[in-house]
Amino acid sequence: MRLRAGLAASIAASMVIMAGCGSDSGEAEGGGSDTLRVVYQKFGNFTQADEHFTQVKQDFEAEHDGITVELVPIEASQNDYFTKLALMHGSESTAPDVMYEDTFMIKSDVDAGYLLPLDDYLAEWEDWDQFYDNAKNAGLGDDGSTYGVPMGTDTRALWYNTELFEQAGIPVPWEPTSWDDVLETARTLKQELPDVIPLNVYSGKAMGEASSMQGFEMLLYGTEDRLYDEESQKWVVGSQGFIDSLEFIRTIYDEGLAPTPQQALDPNLGATVTSQWLPNGELAIALDGSWQAGNWLESGEAPWPGWNDVMANAAMPTQNGQDPGAVSMSGGWTLAVGAGSKAPDLAFEFITMALNKENSLSYDVEASQIAVRQDVAEDPEYTEANPSFEFFSEIVEFTHFRPATSDYPQISNEIQVAMESVMTGQQSPEEAAAAYDSAVERIVGPDGVVSAG
Amino acid sequence: MTTTLDTGPDVSRSAAPRSDRARRAGRTAGRLLPMGPALVLLAIFMAGPVVWSFYGSFTDAALTGAAAQNTSWVGLDNYTGLFADPNFPKSVWLTVIFVLTSAIIGQNVLGLTLAMLMRQATGVVRAAVGTLVVTAWVLPEIVAAFAAYAFFHADGTLNALLGAVGLGESNWLYDFPMLAVIIANVWRGAAFSMMVYAAALANLPPDVTEAATVDGASGPKRLLYVTLPMIRRSISTNFMLTTLMTLQVFTLIYVMTAGGPGTDSSTLPLLAYQEAFSFGRIGYGTAIATIMLLIGAVFSVVYIRMLRPEVD
Repeated sequence: MRLRAGLAASIAASMVIMAGCGSDSGEAEGGGSDTLRVVYQKFGNFTQADEHFTQVKQDFEAEHDGITVELVPIEASQNDYFTKLALMHGSESTAPDVMYEDTFMIKSDVDAGYLLPLDDYLAEWEDWDQFYDNAKNAGLGDDGSTYGVPMGTDTRALWYNTELFEQAGIPVPWEPTSWDDVLETARTLKQELPDVIPLNVYSGKAMGEASSMQGFEMLLYGTEDRLYDEESQKWVVGSQGFIDSLEFIRTIYDEGLAPTPQQALDPNLGATVTSQWLPNGELAIALDGSWQAGNWLESGEAPWPGWNDVMANAAMPTQNGQDPGAVSMSGGWTLAVGAGSKAPDLAFEFITMALNKENSLSYDVEASQIAVRQDVAEDPEYTEANPSFEFFSEIVEFTHFRPATSDYPQISNEIQVAMESVMTGQQSPEEAAAAYDSAVERIVGPDGVVSAG
Repeated sequence: MTTTLDTGPDVSRSAAPRSDRARRAGRTAGRLLPMGPALVLLAIFMAGPVVWSFYGSFTDAALTGAAAQNTSWVGLDNYTGLFADPNFPKSVWLTVIFVLTSAIIGQNVLGLTLAMLMRQATGVVRAAVGTLVVTAWVLPEIVAAFAAYAFFHADGTLNALLGAVGLGESNWLYDFPMLAVIIANVWRGAAFSMMVYAAALANLPPDVTEAATVDGASGPKRLLYVTLPMIRRSISTNFMLTTLMTLQVFTLIYVMTAGGPGTDSSTLPLLAYQEAFSFGRIGYGTAIATIMLLIGAVFSVVYIRMLRPEVD
């Protein structure tokens, strides 16, 4: 008896589990062509996408009878967002119809077969002409088709504190024309204001991609060298520009022109810079992103009413002031359609609504994005919303994009390793560059690299 | 039944064993039947992932990029890549150090010491110490990790205490990352060893220790020649459990140092996570996981040999 009861119980248990599996596939059927699954990131202070899509969902459902828009906000940091999104593509029952997609993941996600080419749809969408060409390029896959419609972009430059500059006797507006100009100003600041950190350049593994992009690449792309040779599609090794950029990092950390390595290797440095060091006048110059001011607006994470009177911007100069004189790096996010979408027409229609002029405008203002639509960029409502938009829109002409191949995340990590060993004095710039070169060769193979010069 | 037995020795010799065997087989099958669903579930949810991970380590499976769409068999490429990667030997070394110092030495010595001291202690002290130690074990790993992070952080409890008594402060998580995570793991895991050893010591017949005392054996000698040999089985079981638990520690290190600074506290689980999920190289990550499986297997074999009955 007891045995039979046990048997029954275990069979019942396995039936429950099977039933569980069954209901899963039932849901998949529910996610048919009358439901549109929209996946995006919602993390920490980044709630603007959530607010945006909640609004668009209402409008879209009002216009399309019988269609349900299912919003799937993924609460994860950027890296984990990519992982979770990639895993969602793995099963039909979770695959997104519309997704919030980083421009720099597009090429590898196209290779992975996750995204649907949008060329035919875009040809019939009259608003597409309003998008800037370089923004359009950010949505291209390696095959030349467009896979993402840009929501906005960002640029990077120097932020400086005019009050501290005046105290140190440095004339404003400050317009550095070479790296030496930046270093000299930082040295003056250190001498005149010993309690203030002169210059922050993100560096090391703790800050992740911010170190590579806001830090290292802002330097390297101001030299004669690049990370990646687009023409031969190979990674550049043995470049002087790489060593010079590391030398800049070594100089500022070695001479005490930057935060201490301990401060710089705190993963929370970004928040510290935004909400403490800059508003409290503890940091004079920050090499940082266009989105900073958004944090200081009344609606931001660290409201600072006087920011516009205190902070000013200067473009990051090239190494020796060579043409074009300034450098910037850009990223940005797009909306893309999933390759497995059962209703691609509806999905694209959702995108056109989410990124029409009115909605692009409100999103770019809320999320402190640099506009990628001409009609938005010229709208007084946009230019007046945030005084720093004008400056950051102007430097779009100097901007570069990262080489977004699927090897980039690993190579970016090697850049951070090289920066970290230089800033902590473990290696000279030459040694760290040599270690980087052999690491890159290990990652992409000897055929994937090309020697500089 | 009895009649068949009475018919003659020949029949009984040939027929009885057969029916016996059949009956026994039937009984075994009957006993196994209720375990069937459990076996199937174990095979699917425990063995399945292990087998898949082993298979995946020979492919270029990835989260994104062309390999995500067309995963192909790459043979031993992941393993040769792993052995060419300078981070890998360092990571193995850190893992071995972490297991040796925090599990085999730290948790076991501290656990045994606490268990022996508690035998001498009064009820109140025993209850108080026991509660304190077990608290660290009861905490969810993520909570324990945050507690350890707050303790060792540059502005944390430890530096506040050191500052209060006038000793120099230090950025523990940055300057001594391995020391910090080892101490944290000892703190968290000692309770488990303490409970195992307390149970083992409670089973120790008091007359043996008394006899040794009468023979004039000192405290340390009694421990070395009487107590330890008698709880040897508990020791090797506990070695095995703490080793395997420590080998897979991820949350604690990830929260405290994230494997840094640089790769200075990046043990194998952290390296596997970084490769598989930060770089999207699932195949490479599973190769690291397979190596971890092997390291765990080596430790297990050593301990199982220690447990062999004929050694007694």
